[in-house]
Amino acid sequence: MVEGSVALHWRRYPERYSLIGNHCATCKTDYFPPRVFCHNCRRKGKLIVKDMPRTGKIVAFTEVFVGPVGFENETPYFLALIDLGNGVILLTQIVDSSRDRIQIGANVKMMFRKIQDNDKEGVINYGYKFKVTE
Amino acid sequence: MVKKMRSVSIIAAGLSKFGENWDESYRQMIAKAALEALSSNVVEGKEIEAIFGGTMASGRFIGQEHIGALIADQLGLNPIASTRVEAACASGGVALRQGFTAVASGMYDIVAVGGAEKMTDVSTEQAAFALGGAGDQETELFHGATFPALYALLAQKHMEKFGTTEEMMASCAVKNHHNAMHNPIAQFHKEFSIADVMNSGYIASPLKLLDCSPITDGAAVLILCETSKAKKLSDQAIEIVGSGQASDSLALTGRKSLTQLDATMLAAKHALAQAKATPKDIDVAEVHDCFTIAEILAIEDLGFFKKGSGGTASLGGETEINGQVAVNPSGGLKACGHPVGATGVKQAAEIFYQLNGIAGKRQRKDAEIGLTHNVGGSGATAVVHVYKKA
Ligand SMILES: [Zn+2]
Repeated sequence: MVEGSVALHWRRYPERYSLIGNHCATCKTDYFPPRVFCHNCRRKGKLIVKDMPRTGKIVAFTEVFVGPVGFENETPYFLALIDLGNGVILLTQIVDSSRDRIQIGANVKMMFRKIQDNDKEGVINYGYKFKVTE
Repeated sequence: MVKKMRSVSIIAAGLSKFGENWDESYRQMIAKAALEALSSNVVEGKEIEAIFGGTMASGRFIGQEHIGALIADQLGLNPIASTRVEAACASGGVALRQGFTAVASGMYDIVAVGGAEKMTDVSTEQAAFALGGAGDQETELFHGATFPALYALLAQKHMEKFGTTEEMMASCAVKNHHNAMHNPIAQFHKEFSIADVMNSGYIASPLKLLDCSPITDGAAVLILCETSKAKKLSDQAIEIVGSGQASDSLALTGRKSLTQLDATMLAAKHALAQAKATPKDIDVAEVHDCFTIAEILAIEDLGFFKKGSGGTASLGGETEINGQVAVNPSGGLKACGHPVGATGVKQAAEIFYQLNGIAGKRQRKDAEIGLTHNVGGSGATAVVHVYKKA
């Protein structure tokens, strides 16, 4: 957690709150987080804002027993790489899911949750976490 | 691309003690390492024309930036050019490559390459935060990722795809702690069994405490010289015959594969091609084992063992000092210690000792060709060098 970084987090609200990325209309590639230009088409690509899928599958996961500063109250917790099915992989916490259902290949969906709340400025950071679905 | 480069050799190396050096500051450690390098009397300090110093996070660790000027001052080498190089845990290896390039280009004949990190002046939590800067602050650390967690994800994929086991990973730590028994500067002089590693408690499953490299203070210094001049100055000159470096996405989520580090593979390809060598030619290697799974990835990605067989090779003893290839005779990051900015330079110092046959009880017999492999973050930077006796 970078201290004194309200602006840093504010800039990321569209991604973290609403899973908004972008899409290259030229080569059909999705980007999350959004890119400033398409890495395939470079200057010739046309990027447009796009909502990312809010469901996906677990690619890999780990249970974190020693967390960083700001996560003391949540330890241990599960972190996972999620494949959104559109070429995008993101890293997130898995919550509200029984331990035996957190498996590679499990279906997950996005939730909106508090991420960190010990910022010295009193700022509470929110964002996406995922849970295993039926 | 490689044409018109001059040949470059290492003519001296010096290391501080690696460990929790509470009685020594950053500046004392780098000065002592330099003093040891110069104690071989092959060059005088005043013959050094430039300095390249690798440090990752001195601002976070000791509140000190402007490390280039600090090093020149501590070494009594003002007013020569002195430049800090930062590439997270690969800062030292990239500083070596910058020094190599500076001599190969003909700009300088003799340069010093340093690496140092002072990590134990801050709390473990603050150190973990500083190290986290090697990953992606906005998409990884924000969500609660730690470095053990990122490598744990890589470990799980390797286990799923190739059947690698936690015992296989543990065998890397056991071997590296054994090697460090014979390294006087190593942080740890303590042997562990596979059972000890297995019972050491999860940090981020499947990685346990003894799968992880420690927090370490330390410094390393090398003197580089154009090779024809190096041979006149010293009978211990070790030629850098290949140098490669590559970049990849800062975050794991941007990687093409989660069972290999593409940056390592590319850096190795370039370094070995320049050296006109193959992975089979390497007798001794210092590889980046920040976690045990990282050593398994390294020995596969460097081409020593077929993809997926690194765990079996390690458990089978093929990376021991007298195995197919001696991997981490110094004890590696795991047992010699991992002062992040110093590590890449220390690796080259170990190969300097090995190829000169002066590595004592951890000596690989008849070592002729050596390799170093230094990684930044979870694989966003990799730098590989190949060496042989000049
Ligand atoms: Zn495009």
